[in-house]
Amino acid sequence: MNFDSLLWVLLLGSLLGLELIGKVPPTLHTPLMSGANAISGITMLAALTAIIKAEPNSPLLIIGSISLGFALFNVVGGFFVTDRMLAMFSRKPTKKNK
Amino acid sequence: MNLPDIIKFVIDLIAVLLLALGIKGLSKVRSAREANITAAIAMLLSVVGLLSYYLGTSGIPAQSWAWIIVGSLVGSLLGTLLAKKVPMTSMPETVALFNGFGGMSSLLVAIGAFLFPFNEVVKAGSLEPFINDVSISVSIFVGAITFSGSIVAMAKLQGWLSTPGWTQVKARHFVNIVFGVTSLIAFIYLISGNISSIWLLVIASTLLGIGVTLPIGGADMPVVISLLNSYSGIAAAAAGFVVDSQLLIVAGAMVGAAGLILTQVMCKGMNRSLISVLFGGSLSAQTTTSSGSGEYTNITSCSVEECALTLEAANRVIVVPGYGLAVAQAQHTLREVTKKLEQNGIEVVYAIHPVAGRMPGHMNVLLAEADVPYEQLKEMDVVNPEFPATDVVLVLGANDVVNPQAKNDKTSPLYGMPVLDVQEARTVFVIKRGMSAGYSGIKNDLFDLPNTSMVFGDAKKVLSELIGELKDLGVGDK
Repeated sequence: MNFDSLLWVLLLGSLLGLELIGKVPPTLHTPLMSGANAISGITMLAALTAIIKAEPNSPLLIIGSISLGFALFNVVGGFFVTDRMLAMFSRKPTKKNK
Repeated sequence: MNLPDIIKFVIDLIAVLLLALGIKGLSKVRSAREANITAAIAMLLSVVGLLSYYLGTSGIPAQSWAWIIVGSLVGSLLGTLLAKKVPMTSMPETVALFNGFGGMSSLLVAIGAFLFPFNEVVKAGSLEPFINDVSISVSIFVGAITFSGSIVAMAKLQGWLSTPGWTQVKARHFVNIVFGVTSLIAFIYLISGNISSIWLLVIASTLLGIGVTLPIGGADMPVVISLLNSYSGIAAAAAGFVVDSQLLIVAGAMVGAAGLILTQVMCKGMNRSLISVLFGGSLSAQTTTSSGSGEYTNITSCSVEECALTLEAANRVIVVPGYGLAVAQAQHTLREVTKKLEQNGIEVVYAIHPVAGRMPGHMNVLLAEADVPYEQLKEMDVVNPEFPATDVVLVLGANDVVNPQAKNDKTSPLYGMPVLDVQEARTVFVIKRGMSAGYSGIKNDLFDLPNTSMVFGDAKKVLSELIGELKDLGVGDK
């Protein structure tokens, strides 16, 4: 991939991000932050690439593996915690007057 | 393009589409939960795409598989454990911790890519090695700041770290500038081929993250976390340049941009500019001396019993929950009180200030946890016109967000901050431990008003006494 086309990707991705969450009710700020945070763990792809491309017995294997661990902690934990928060919103008000 | 390329391309496209839909869906209450799952699926797809590509081309060595499995198992398990166990009230510090780990991941992978280059990018005479080095340096710089800043933020929110007085001296700016300049020098050395300066960059940017975050007061921490969240997106995008992945760049850029917007929204809600949050130091430490303007002259305090009697006679009650309620973990007790009132035919509404709780939206999560129907939570703009037609307002652990000074007193530091007009209601009860000021350290004029009564005590204790009193009055016994 050419560098300049990667820059286009960066630019358009940023604009998309600005547009996507333009209007959010304050209720969802914490879950949204948490969900976006989980997505930022997408660096796991970089860690995976490093591990796959590492020479056998290279220290890169270990660094990549630790990096992957941190990233997945962020991703998996982030999605679960977001789901926990959102589950409370989607619960129907069933317990009205017993 | 051969087959593995095409497959990866298609999977990546779908993953980006799902990620975008996920973030969009997260901004609407009805679709939020599905959107979160959509985003999670997109992430899983992106991994499948990557693995299938390498399986179809160069193959994945057995040793790599072993490290992949170990790394992902340990990370996922620990992450899941924390996510399932952590109490809802500590959500802000949990997000900070997750965020810090994301930054750490970018930092590590960039260090690895620099010390043990694995990309065949070197085309003599082209710009690529240079771009590769710049991306790695950016990734290290932003990753390290994200990590150390998030960990400090988490420690402060947990109460493990206070705001030491020496961090408030002006000299801290000088120290941070030194860290910043050192990072910049290391950055320049690094991209001009001096490999050992990588450690200088790591250390200087880590210290910068600590130095900038440490002086910031607890009330401003959510803004910092949101900003750091945006940084971790930028770090991910930079890592995308390192490994030549468009998917990584798009996702990182989206999170970076989304984090910035969210940061702005939070600042607006608190009437603070991002600059003053980042460089202004702790607000309470600053203002305690300068604006304790005036003593309270007309405080009315009343017993829980009186409060219960007034509530019983009301037709319409608005509850204003705040930080103190979250700290006392009294949301369930509050729900019991409001249930009783509802059973007596009293209309109960919750007024949610945009920055109520410890983070925007945090209060909604806590109340939802206590089974409060979503429709009863009303946002400030909706609920403000309703106060004049309200009999009783219960202020629970909120302070600055109900201070009429923000509307009336142009000299007040709070002036211009959006507040809830609780003083318009017939009676206001403020449940509070003592007469201490809110975060801003500013006197609250509301407490002096004739229609305001103070009920002193811990929110949870007062509320459970209130339940007893209401029971004695026969409220809610059906």
